[in-house]
Amino acid sequence: MLFVHETTPGGFLLVLAVILPVCAVLAIIACGPRSATRIAMATLAAGLAVAIAVAAELASSGRAVTYVVGGWHPPLGIALRADGLSGAMLVMTALVIVAVGLFAGGQHRLHAGAGDARTQTTFWLMLLALWSALNATFLGEDLFSLYVALELLTFAAVPLVCLDGRAETVKAALRYLVFALVGSLLYLLGVGLIYGQYGALDLLTLSGQARPDPALSVALALMIVGLLAKAALFPLHLWLPPAHAGAPAPASAVLSALVIKAPVFLILRLVLDVAPQPSAAVVGQLLAVLGAVSILFCSVLALRQARLKLMIAYSTVAQIGYLFIVFPLAAGSAELPPWGTIAWTGGALQLISHALAKAAMFLAAGVIAEAFGHDRIADIGGFGRMLPLSAAAFGLAGLSLMGIPPSGGFVAKCLLLTAAVIEGYPWLAATILTGGLLAGAYVFRVINQALAVPAAPIVVRNKVPRRLEFAALGLAIAAVLLGFVPLRPFGFLQIGRDGLAMAFSP
Amino acid sequence: MTAVLQPGVLFGLCGAVLVGIGLFAIATSPVLLRRIVGCNILGVGIFLVFGAVARRGGGAGLEADPVPQALVITGIVVAFSASALAVALLKRLSELSAGDRAGTAAPAEPRSVV
Repeated sequence: MLFVHETTPGGFLLVLAVILPVCAVLAIIACGPRSATRIAMATLAAGLAVAIAVAAELASSGRAVTYVVGGWHPPLGIALRADGLSGAMLVMTALVIVAVGLFAGGQHRLHAGAGDARTQTTFWLMLLALWSALNATFLGEDLFSLYVALELLTFAAVPLVCLDGRAETVKAALRYLVFALVGSLLYLLGVGLIYGQYGALDLLTLSGQARPDPALSVALALMIVGLLAKAALFPLHLWLPPAHAGAPAPASAVLSALVIKAPVFLILRLVLDVAPQPSAAVVGQLLAVLGAVSILFCSVLALRQARLKLMIAYSTVAQIGYLFIVFPLAAGSAELPPWGTIAWTGGALQLISHALAKAAMFLAAGVIAEAFGHDRIADIGGFGRMLPLSAAAFGLAGLSLMGIPPSGGFVAKCLLLTAAVIEGYPWLAATILTGGLLAGAYVFRVINQALAVPAAPIVVRNKVPRRLEFAALGLAIAAVLLGFVPLRPFGFLQIGRDGLAMAFSP
Repeated sequence: MTAVLQPGVLFGLCGAVLVGIGLFAIATSPVLLRRIVGCNILGVGIFLVFGAVARRGGGAGLEADPVPQALVITGIVVAFSASALAVALLKRLSELSAGDRAGTAAPAEPRSVV
């Protein structure tokens, strides 16, 4: 039996999630820069409502939401599909983008009339384009439309890196673009090989047909390596720190929190849904080794950074490592599918809590840079007195990165640690614990400075409106609230996954 | 020998060679422009592989499979945009560094690059 997509009630919401931001981009281009902020703000509200509506539809119906575009069924047509994990991603993306949008709106008002109206319009255009591409990646069911979504994501993310147009950020953006291009071309080559072998691009169809054969192994290897370059896993992380640290604060927040999550999400789908069992296990082990090296190596590098934003960027590479040690832990078994394991829930929670915490951290760092005109950790002693809300946001987000309760990061790391012990991976358990300690060390460096009493009080160059600080604090509190999710496989994340099981059994 | 000369196989092999050349250029050249050209060669190789795949659809009784051709057209559009973006960034970068060399400071005003 071939699994066929059927449009479900509420399916049109998925289309809205993808095209609303695109319509806003067109409207901004048509109406000119004057109305850019207003249109963007309205779209932020509407997009958040759509994401919540999709999640509500998933929760109430208990099965995946699907839309078959134009009524053309795969293999000729393409389908959009949201299962529990995609739904969670949509809501997380919407939350981060709304907070970043509020922050950027406040920051732009601070610089109004400084002659960078064009930069601000570009920021809104790219933010909205990026949102559409992210939603398309989370909802896509077709390997080729996923390629297009990934490329759109890159094209929106690269200009965000070099918004200020300084030579070093343009350089970082170019480096990022070359890495991302090679990554997506390798992915495209894999798509071609898979189509040549199976004559299908639809993920559900493929998951039913995939069998161990060399063409599929080569294709998946190419695709996963390509996606790793985009996800910045060690040793392909070289482009990330300069790109993420050089971008303006709201741009760094979306880049670090959301953009690198899209390729990780795709790797997760490829390994769990498409890869046939024996090779999936080998790939899982390899990814876990790279993830573990990423955690240890980049946490140590984060400790040695003198600049706050570079430190946060290295911490991103380290935290991405946790997402890759999920693979061997969530391999599942004959009785227990991958999405029923605690590691699956832990991995998904880590993805979401890292996005919220990292965006909060970058926004707090943005407030600090805005207030003092620099972000050298050594010279911001006592900033907690001037910017108590930002210091609190940084600390709360830090709880999540370290994995200290109560926080989303704690639940995620606790689940992963339990899974590592149960499944018999002591070296992964040790890595998780060491990574937590190192994260504690680099977060403490900053908190220590926040509470320090410097010999000469630091000078606040610009007064920062409270609204900016509240955006960071809101995200940090959301990351902490995630810690109150019950400690067991979380039902919402499993919605719609049994559709795949159906595809397996003819 | 004749098996190699069949169009499907020949296209596939040419595609593989181009992919190799492209990857080699990207991996070994420190010059950014060469890397961008390398990306283009890599892309062309991949499109040839798609062509070979379409031709193999002909083996299944069809004249040729149209889906890979549709994918290639989209792929070319995407690859073209990517090259345009890369070249625009490179041009801006060389303008900025030329400004530095001439002794004039890099523009102090934040400027948009797009």
